[in-house]
Amino acid sequence: MRLSYPADIKIIQVPCTGRVDILHLLNAIEDGADGVYVAGCLEGECHYREGNLKARKKVEYVKRTLTELGIEPERIQMYNLSSAQGARFAQIANEMVDTIRELGPTPVKTSPAA
Amino acid sequence: MIVADRKSLPEILAMVEDHKKILIAGCKGCVTVCNVGGLKEVEILSSSMKIARKKQGNGIDIDIKVLERQCDTEYVAGISDIVNDYDAVISLACGVGPQFLSEMYTDQIFYPGVNTTFFGGATRHGVWEERCAGCGTCAIHNFGGLCPIARCAKSLMNGPCGGSSKGICEVNKDTECIWDAIVRKKMEQGKLEDLMGVKGIKNWKTARHGGPRRSIREELVQGNI
Repeated sequence: MRLSYPADIKIIQVPCTGRVDILHLLNAIEDGADGVYVAGCLEGECHYREGNLKARKKVEYVKRTLTELGIEPERIQMYNLSSAQGARFAQIANEMVDTIRELGPTPVKTSPAA
Repeated sequence: MIVADRKSLPEILAMVEDHKKILIAGCKGCVTVCNVGGLKEVEILSSSMKIARKKQGNGIDIDIKVLERQCDTEYVAGISDIVNDYDAVISLACGVGPQFLSEMYTDQIFYPGVNTTFFGGATRHGVWEERCAGCGTCAIHNFGGLCPIARCAKSLMNGPCGGSSKGICEVNKDTECIWDAIVRKKMEQGKLEDLMGVKGIKNWKTARHGGPRRSIREELVQGNI
């Protein structure tokens, strides 16, 4: 298909989104990421039964934490798609980049480092 | 176990707003089991606080340490070499932890990061309920193994009261009337007569009403066993 998606995105592969931890998401924000999204399998089609459902709950937890800290929760997102949906993958990447561009740079990065 | 809830991030951040270098001390005891003060929760709090302070342009150095228990002096002593390297310490243990720490390290400031709530257990994942009030005179065998001191809003020894409706307590619609449960259990067992006698006035001296309590086991104090 040779679809292109924005170069702003750094992909970190995991065997299953169930491996993604709250700390992975928080640490990314802490280290200055403008946004983080988790791309899991379609709901109901997890090879490990519920890895993607657990990932969604962790994303929701981090959204609540960011809200509590006065940071836009939209900087963290969860998407579901199958490995056969290449076009959807590129579409999601563009959507996420558009969302972050609208929000602007992370307020965490703009402050002097600790 | 002792159950606790973490304080809100704004409350914790306000406590340490003047500090630049802090330690967050977790505990591997009850607060690890109730998912509020173990290694994972300590790491999450640390990262969340760093995010908040970076956002404010007022960075903070945070180290973490999880003690075996904060309610034993031998484990509290385990941070003696580092405790004074920090402006302050946040303890994620129950209320016992920051007190044991404060008693041992008199020059340091210790903040409680959790609100200690009750003695209880998990009825399902993520839900904890009170089961014991620590009254010092356990008598649950008189009530079918269900404690009316901890689980009745009025701690009635003879119940239910007029506020019991369809098995629900008048104080809160989400609270089971434990006296309804006690009576039903005794009826099912065919032992309702166990509840016929009026229970005498409870001696509250063994509870908090007698002031702070102390338990002394002489044989252990003397080191005989």
